[in-house]
Amino acid sequence: MQIFLLILAGIVGGIIGGMGMGGGTLLIPILTIFLDVPQKNAQAINLVAFIPMAIIVTIINIKRKGIDYKSVLMVATPALITSIISALLVKKISSKALSVGFAVFLIILGVIMMIDTLRKCIYAYMNKCKEVYTVND
Amino acid sequence: MQSETKTTGLKYSKMPCLLAQNHKKGIDKLGKKGRIVLTVIASLFVGIANGLFGGGGGMLVVPIFTILLGLEEKLAHSSAILTILPLSLVSGIIYITQGNFTVPNGLWVGGGVIIGGLIGTFLMKKLSNNALKIVFYTLMIVAGVSTLIKNFGG
Repeated sequence: MQIFLLILAGIVGGIIGGMGMGGGTLLIPILTIFLDVPQKNAQAINLVAFIPMAIIVTIINIKRKGIDYKSVLMVATPALITSIISALLVKKISSKALSVGFAVFLIILGVIMMIDTLRKCIYAYMNKCKEVYTVND
Repeated sequence: MQSETKTTGLKYSKMPCLLAQNHKKGIDKLGKKGRIVLTVIASLFVGIANGLFGGGGGMLVVPIFTILLGLEEKLAHSSAILTILPLSLVSGIIYITQGNFTVPNGLWVGGGVIIGGLIGTFLMKKLSNNALKIVFYTLMIVAGVSTLIKNFGG
């Protein structure tokens, strides 16, 4: 049963990750809340599990959608430096503190993205109204 | 009757367009150099999220690509996966050396992630579906709140 749930959690996280939306945002909480995996272990699992998936998906994406390598390099290079530093710092932070920090990160990001999406919905709706009125004019 | 329609039309239609234009102008005003500087600063936070929280970096990369670098949405998402790959590789190795990776659990989840990832990449065309996004962001907020409850509420 546990194995089945672990695979299921992976599939859910993988779908979101494969869409390029950040699979860890749901995979880590699923692992910690439902499967009682400690925060640091869940983070490690998410990082390592992402690697083979990202390689396969990227090979598919190169053929199907294309990738903007210049932009990738521009973001990945500075991010690589801070990711090394912060991954090394994890050893000094308790699992609980990380878990709370991650929860706050999720809530803030979720709210911001939600507002942005709703804003786009309203724009799209209002532009539709504009079209209707333009026809009326 | 006709004039009434006209005023309502103006009132509701021009406002969002002007707002959208101003929003875009603000970023255009930065110029190429400004945008690159902002991209580099934002990228530092992507690395922090990836290293410290072991995930969620991809979420930050997409808006950097679409808003600051002007990439189209699908291209932004496929590029985001490649951007996170080297970060996860390096952070993952550090996590393994610190003894945080547990082999049996990790392998089962990893298998699931590969299956899910293949489904996800073919579902990417659904990205324009705002309802789907709202569900996802709601789940994110719920996950965050549940994690807090688990930490403080027992």
